[in-house]
Parts: sequence; structure tokens; C-alpha cells
Amino acid sequence: MTRTVPLRFPALSAAAAATLMAGLIAAPAGAWEPTRNVEFIVPAGTGGGADQMARMIQGIVAKHNLMKQTMVVINKAGGAGGEGFLDVKQAKGNPHKLVITLSNLFTTPLGTGIPFSWKDMTPVAMMALDEFVLWVNAEAPYKTAQDYVKAVKAAPAGQFKMGGTGSKQEDQIITVALEKATGGKMTYVPYKGGGEVAVQLVGKHIDSTVNNPIEAVAQWRAGALRPLCVFDKQTLPVKDKIAGDQSWADIPTCKSQGLDIEYLMLRGIFMPPGVPKEAVDYYVDLLKKVRATPEWEQLMKEGAFNQTFMTGPDYTKWVENEEKRHYDLMKEAGFLATN
Amino acid sequence: MEDIGNLLHGFSVVLSWQNFLYMLVGIVLGVIIGVLPGLGGANGVAILLPLTFSMPPTSAIILLSCIYWGALFGGAITSILFNIPGEPWSVATTFDGHPMAQQGKAGEALTAAFTSSFVGALFAVVVITLVAPLVAKFALQFGPAEKFSVFFLAFCSFVGMGKEPPTKTVAAMMIGFALAAVGTDTVTGQLRLTFGFTELLGGFDFLVAVIGLFGIGEILLTMEEGLSFKGKAAGINPAVVLQTWKELPRYWVTSLRSCIIGCWMGITPAGATPASFMSYGIAKRVSKTGHKFGTGEIEGVVAPETAAHAAGTSALLPMLALGVPGSPTAAVLLGGLLIWGLQPGPLLFVEQKDFVWGLIASMYLGNVVGLLVVLTMVPVFAAILRVPFGIIAPIILVICAIGAYTVHNNSFDVVMMLVFGVAGYVLKKCSYPLAPLVLAIVLGDKAEEAFRQSLLISQGSITVFWSNGLVGTIMALGLIALFWPALSNLKGRLLAPAVR
Repeated sequence: MTRTVPLRFPALSAAAAATLMAGLIAAPAGAWEPTRNVEFIVPAGTGGGADQMARMIQGIVAKHNLMKQTMVVINKAGGAGGEGFLDVKQAKGNPHKLVITLSNLFTTPLGTGIPFSWKDMTPVAMMALDEFVLWVNAEAPYKTAQDYVKAVKAAPAGQFKMGGTGSKQEDQIITVALEKATGGKMTYVPYKGGGEVAVQLVGKHIDSTVNNPIEAVAQWRAGALRPLCVFDKQTLPVKDKIAGDQSWADIPTCKSQGLDIEYLMLRGIFMPPGVPKEAVDYYVDLLKKVRATPEWEQLMKEGAFNQTFMTGPDYTKWVENEEKRHYDLMKEAGFLATN
Repeated sequence: MEDIGNLLHGFSVVLSWQNFLYMLVGIVLGVIIGVLPGLGGANGVAILLPLTFSMPPTSAIILLSCIYWGALFGGAITSILFNIPGEPWSVATTFDGHPMAQQGKAGEALTAAFTSSFVGALFAVVVITLVAPLVAKFALQFGPAEKFSVFFLAFCSFVGMGKEPPTKTVAAMMIGFALAAVGTDTVTGQLRLTFGFTELLGGFDFLVAVIGLFGIGEILLTMEEGLSFKGKAAGINPAVVLQTWKELPRYWVTSLRSCIIGCWMGITPAGATPASFMSYGIAKRVSKTGHKFGTGEIEGVVAPETAAHAAGTSALLPMLALGVPGSPTAAVLLGGLLIWGLQPGPLLFVEQKDFVWGLIASMYLGNVVGLLVVLTMVPVFAAILRVPFGIIAPIILVICAIGAYTVHNNSFDVVMMLVFGVAGYVLKKCSYPLAPLVLAIVLGDKAEEAFRQSLLISQGSITVFWSNGLVGTIMALGLIALFWPALSNLKGRLLAPAVR
């Protein structure tokens, strides 16, 4: 609209141009900034991996003054996270809302039929990928994944219990993949949170878990749990000693143990649909700054995260592939919603 | 002995003037948060957590844990004065606390509540100080079957204890179970009873139900009864605290029992809410004046408050020692620990002595400071009852609505609160007890989850609930509690001829 003004009122054009120039100097072209509190939705309960990461980001933003407005973390865990995702889907065009995702971005719509998909949202950035490790109690006789698989196969079907977070989500998908790869049959017991799962394994109420590193690291360091293998194509990069002489890097890949299973979980950020590109750019930039802080580095190291960072079309493409993969995995496991 | 030395070191960490100031601020904020229904300790801590990132971890945890103590204290205030529980764990406090206020004994009820809270917390802190590692091991023994047995005991200790016929208690409890079943089924991941409403995906929040059933229901009842509080206006008497204190030592058995129940429930971790209900239920059974419970017995305030505070305090132990939060507030604090660069778990006690023992020392001091703060306020709180109902009722309504909204930042919850309010009014009119309903909403889904996990583990065999001494004993206790009315009835009949 401003451009048409000089044509009609030549006298004002100089003033208008001056204002425009001043504006350009004060704020570079396309700069957008939040004008009120930014809601950060966590589609999971308090204390879990996604919640921890969201609160960490909130903390870093506040501590380093990375944003003028306040970031508020809100948990909307209902319907396996469906509540949170629907909230974001319905906030069309609202640039003051972010959501952190876990695998329920794919598994919840596929498994429950709750009507949303990642396509209903605007991808912002992949912050990291979370690894999965096969854990047993430190007092269990299995020293390697091969030992364990042998025992599972030899036992009557269903005697071995695998504990995990949620139902028809990442932990159970891996369990089914494990059953397929070994030919053994396990009983999957769903719990509400990863920390609880780790403690149930310490208390020997279950036989194994596929906890994320950060969920089980404290128990590993205390000598209560033993990692057998990591579900990634390469070993973990963190070489700091954690339990005795062992580091994350010493855990063999499951593939090297004869279990050809690979699974990584997205820790990514999305926004509501139809938000301006400037806003997306702003948050990408903000998240880059977050990643550059020592606190973030510490979290990545402690949780042995895969530190892949992606934005824009790369990220979209990655998410697209991952959705297809989850569809196949869940179809094979028989987890797809029937309606 | 080493631990005592550590504790003294902890006190030296805490006793700087900044930390003391944080403590005071935390308590006052916590009391305010506790008074407002809906804005629970978990929300309060979550909102303030980011402010603490620039503080040293020890100061930060002192501030946040003091908010938690404050909220534990504050929850009792509105329960007693208006029959509106400020926090879920103070629902059981309304049963006798509110009748006391109606009889003009609000000051006594508040003093008893605060003092019992303090006793419960102190007991739990001593337990943490002395036997932390042992207790952590005990918590590890609780698998799904053990957890279910605890919930089973909580339910059973409630059936048949009310003035109402047991059938009505069971009916109310079943309504609660039905409401608790709404939302996502954690075991299969399927949606249940949501009827296509996306608002129901998360199920009914217990807090919204409590605010509606008690808060709105109570206002509707009072309106019907002629727009006035039934009770006499409480006299402002600063000596009321001392008078009540003289009376309290009489209930030491109840206190001790409630402390033990509280610690047990906090550590396992079932939490403060079931602890308060269970403690009240058992006190009613065991007490000589049990038949008078519900009419304004001071013992009926002592039992739930002691247990709630003991549970709330000991809930921090599994968080520190195992990394598993015993309550929603502890879950938020857990997030804080990670941001401050502390890793909760078995090694925290070894590696972060300053922090752990500073926190434990602050539990002692925070509760002393908290008690002093709230006790000095007792006459002021009691005086609120002098405000005419016509003025206070709209204020309560607004606070209830804000409370219901803050639970999930969702206006749908405010509508739900009003629906629950009408339901609460109708149920009260038909003399259905609300407490079993509330208990079932809080524990229903957890009990169901534990039950189904147990059966998964045992591959369908119900004998899992008698598979070891621990779970077997708790289940047996539950069954005894369930059939207690029938048993005592039988005993009465057998003895009756002999007396004649």
C-alpha cells in the first residue's frame, strides 16, 4: 500500500521514503519478532524427554536473553499427544506458538485416527535425534545382545517382559521389530514415562527396556543397568567415561550383534499452519543460537543425542520419509487404527 | 554419623541471608498458590522455574521447594473455610475441617491443619535424613502388582465408612471410575468414551472435577439455604493457636499412623492425595470417636493433613534418589535439576553433597518458617468468614473459574466445572457421598493401569496379586478393610447374647 502513496501525493513521497529508510536501518528487511508471549506446546507429560528438552530450550532462551518476549511451556498430553497437535493445527497463522515433537507426530494419527498430520503444521527445525539402547538389569546374566536374544528365543513365548513408554509408540515398535528379527516372542508392558520404565527394570519387574540414553543414564552410572546395544547404524560419538571404564561410544550397534534394527526419534520443532516465512526464519535463527550455548552442548552430551540439525526443505523431506517408514512399521506390527 | 555431619554442612549452606529470603518469598508465594484452586504447586513451580536459571542451584531449589511447602500448607485454608479444596490433597480435610468452621471453630481447625502438616513434613524429613538409601531400595520393590495393591487398599478403606449406605458409596465410586476411564487408554493406546470430542482426549481433569463438585456445588447449596454461611462468625482470638496446641498431643497415635501412611505413599510413589484419603479412612475406622467423623472432629483434620504433608515431602526422595518423581510438582522440579546441570539418580547423594544436604536442610527450615508464617495468619484467615456471603460468593465463583481455566489454559474446562458443580449439587441433595467419587477419579486410571500391567506381566494369572509377601499382605489388608463393617457386625451379633 505504501508504494501507491507517492503516485498520488508526490509531496509526501520524500517523507514516506525517509520513514521507510529509517525503518530499514532500524530493522533489516523481513525481520520479524514476537510481540507477545510464545507458547511452547509439549505433546507429552511433565518430566519426559520432550518435556525436558522444551524446558531446557525455555531456560536457555531466558538465561541468555535470546528473545524479548517470554517463552511459556504448556503440556498437552491428552490422546497420546493428539491434544497438543490439534491445538497447534487449529491455531492457523498464529506465529506465537511452537510445538516440540517426538515420534507421536507419526504414531498418534496412525494408531488412534486422531485427525492431524505433520502436513497440518509448518516444519521449523530438527533439533536432534534421540537414540535408543537395549538395556537389561546389571545383575542379569546376559553380557551381550546375542546372549539376550538366545535366552529370549529359548524361553516360552511371552515369558520375557519388555517395558516401554506408551502403547503403539516408538518403544513398542522397536519391540515388535526385535521380535521379528529374533523370532522370539516377548510381552510388552506399557508405562507412562521413561524414568519409571528405567526404575522398573532396576527393580526387576521387567526384563529389558529400550530406554533413550538420557532416561537410563543415571541408573547405568550407578551400576544398576547394563546397555547391550544401540539401535543406530554407527556407535554413539560421546567418549566421556560414564560407568566405570565404559562410555556411550563403547556400546556396540545392534546390527553388529546380529539385530538389524535401526531407530532414531525426532526431536523437532513445528509451528501452526499458515505462519509468515519471516516468523519461521526468526525461530530457526533463535534455535541456532540455542544450539550454540554451553548448556545445550551439555544436554546433548549427557543424553548422547545424535546432533543432526536440519531446516527448510531438507527437514521437510526427512519428515516425509520418516512418516512413510512409520506407516510401514506400524502396518507390519498391526498397529494402524481400524477406523 | 556421617549423615549428621552432612546435614550440619547443609545447614551452613542454607543459612545465608539470601537463601533465607528466598525461603520466605517461596513460602508466601506457595501459600497464595495453594489457596487458589487449580493453580497447584506444579503449575506454580513450572511458571517460576525459568526465573531460577540464573541463580545458583541450591538457592533455586530452596525457592522452588519452599513454594511447594507453602502450597501444601495453603491447600487447607479454603477447604476449611469454604469447603473448597485448594489442592487435591486437601479434599479429605474438608470432611471435618469445614463442619468445624461452621461451628465457629475455624481457628482451631486451621491451627490443627497447619500443625499436623508440620509434624508430617518433619517426620518425612527425618526419614529422608536417616534412611534415604534404604527407603530408595524399598521403593524399587514396587512393581505394577504392588502398586495396584496399594490403590486397592485405598479404595477398600473407604467403602462402608460413611454415614451413607455402602451401596451409595459404591455407586458414587463407580461414577468416578467411569469418569476416570474417559480419554486415552494407556495400555492399548485407544481412545475411550470421547464421543469424537477433541476436548475429551485428555480425559476429565481431577482438579476441574473437584473445583466444580465442591466449590460450585457448595455455593449452590448455600444459596438454597438462604444466602448465608451456616456457621457463627468466628471470633478473632490470637490465643486460639495455643489453646489448640494443648489439645493436639492427645492425637499422637493418629499422627504417628498418618506419618507412616504418608511416607509410604509418598515414596512408593502414589502421592499426597491417596495418602490423605487413606489416612482419614483408617483414622475413622480405628478411632474411638470414629462414628463422629464428618461432624467436626479435630482428629479428622489431623489425620489427612499429617499424611498429605508427609507424603508431599517424602515424594521428593524417589526423585532425588531414583530420578522418578513422586508427584507432579516433583516432576517439574526434576526438569529443573537437569537444567541446573544436576543429574538426579543414585549418585546425586554422593556427587552433589552441597546440593542434596542443602535441600534437606532447607526442608527443615522451610517447614519451620512456613509454620510460623501460616500460624500468624490464622486469625486473619478465620476473619474472612465474617464477610457476608453476598460479597464472598461471587469472588469464590470467579476464583473457581480462574482455577479451572489455569489447569490446562482451556475455557472448555470452565464449562466442565459448571457441569460438575450442578452434578455435585444434585448428588449432595440425594445424599450420595462425593469423596468416593473424587477418590475414584484421582486413582481410577492409575489403579486400572497397574492392574492391567500386572496381568500382562503374569500373562493373565490373577495370582500375581499374591505372588510375594509384600503384595499379598497389602491385598489381605485391603480385603479386611473392605469387609470390616460386615465383620464387626458379625462380631456384635455373636457377643450380643453373652451381654444379655
